[in-house]
Amino acid sequence: MSEFEPQIVAFFCNWCTFTAADLAGTSRLSYPPNLKIVRVMCTGMVDPKFVIKAFLNGADGVLIGGCWPGDCHYINGNLKARRRVANLTEVLKQYGIGEDRFWLRWIAASEGTMLKEVAINMTEKLKQLGPSPLRNMGQMAI
Amino acid sequence: MAKFVKVSFQKDGMNKELSKFFKGLLANGAVDAVLTPMAQARKGVRLSLVTSPDHTAQVDPFAPVAAVSGAKIASSLTARPSGRKIAMVLRPCEIRAVVELSKLNQVNLEDTLLIGMDCFGRYENTDFAKFQEQGGTSESFLENAQAGKTATADCDITGACKICEFPAADNVDMKLCAIGAENGAVYIEAVTEKGEQALEKSGAKGGGAPAGRDEAVKKLVAARTEARDKKFAEFRETINSFEVLADKLAPCVNCYNCRVACPVCYCKECVFVTDTFRHNGEQFMMWADQGGMLKLPNDTLFFHLTRMTHMSLYCVGCGQCTSACPNGVDPMPMFRACADKTQARFNYQAGRSLSDELPLAGFKADELVEVTGQVK
Repeated sequence: MSEFEPQIVAFFCNWCTFTAADLAGTSRLSYPPNLKIVRVMCTGMVDPKFVIKAFLNGADGVLIGGCWPGDCHYINGNLKARRRVANLTEVLKQYGIGEDRFWLRWIAASEGTMLKEVAINMTEKLKQLGPSPLRNMGQMAI
Repeated sequence: MAKFVKVSFQKDGMNKELSKFFKGLLANGAVDAVLTPMAQARKGVRLSLVTSPDHTAQVDPFAPVAAVSGAKIASSLTARPSGRKIAMVLRPCEIRAVVELSKLNQVNLEDTLLIGMDCFGRYENTDFAKFQEQGGTSESFLENAQAGKTATADCDITGACKICEFPAADNVDMKLCAIGAENGAVYIEAVTEKGEQALEKSGAKGGGAPAGRDEAVKKLVAARTEARDKKFAEFRETINSFEVLADKLAPCVNCYNCRVACPVCYCKECVFVTDTFRHNGEQFMMWADQGGMLKLPNDTLFFHLTRMTHMSLYCVGCGQCTSACPNGVDPMPMFRACADKTQARFNYQAGRSLSDELPLAGFKADELVEVTGQVK
């Protein structure tokens, strides 16, 4: 049987983390292909519904990547995102999707290596954890 | 210094004596209107907006029923204000929802006099009808509830009320005190300066503070808190996975009544009734193709989880969601248990204070560092 490959939905801020992914690419850094990247203009526009829907559709993990506090292109979108993530984490945790499956990380445009590390770490972590409990539910979850 | 007026009454005379106070408020110009639970001409008790002192006879502020949340009515009356002063007699849960709505700019407290009633709980709408048919009155309810007996032959107060640790209202100008009062008396308390002025203007007189109130409130809060924690533990032990949650929500038909009844579901237009969720046939087919089948209506779990992230920070535990559910889902413990977690995360308590900032309305650079665990 082939090894379990986690599906990670990654919402990356256009100005930093997405650019970091670009940098990782141009620097020829390789990282696991488990990330399915969705480019957003700011982490502040990641509606909690996006994350819930991703999990309900069987994502094993969700990663939100944004600018470090103080660096937001829109001044404070990332800080709003952090409060929303804290709130949503409390909701999901009750039913078995904890902090280990739902990550928010600050990755600046220059931090291509950090992007690589985060991608590796999260994929490894999810491989240990196994498939999301929502996967077994299939269409029930939708 | 709180100021009390004792309202003494003969058997079956409580509402008659209380009506004099409301009549006084209107007749002497303390307020222009009173919003209070009132016996309707033929059947039932509903919040009613009274503007004439000649129409206060039917007031029934302690009636153990709340067919809809008064906070929503308060929002209708004040969000776009009339400019007239209004006294609103509301239950503690409704007052707490009013506090939240005021911070969300959906209630305007400028011309209002908030009067919070002591609440032993409420019956479901249909149970209250039975209660009345069997000869129950607010007076008999209070008398029995003081002795810890809220159940009648075939009904009891709602599940939400049984675990409600807020039987007395805060953040009000006045209180109608019944907890710990001796039989044959209730008390009107002026809490704020605005309340004192209104009490004076109403002409209500007669001293004496309810001696046993503080002790009785404390006792009731302790009992309710214990019941609440037990309920939370029971819920968390049983409903601890998405699978079990889906089982719990299996009877849900996506009618969204829980959201309509919720006093703190604050969006003016719920996203679940917008075009975002009005999919075309092709989309449904695509979803069905993914797993070979699709349950319809879909997005049931999605709806409830989204509501948890939206309103649980402001959930006051009134239980209107459960009352409104036509399919017996009983979402109240689900939302309350969730609210307990989300509010604790932000050290927030819905309805506690008008000055506490809404958790999602603010942000700081140096907070919640544990979310990312990264320090520069």
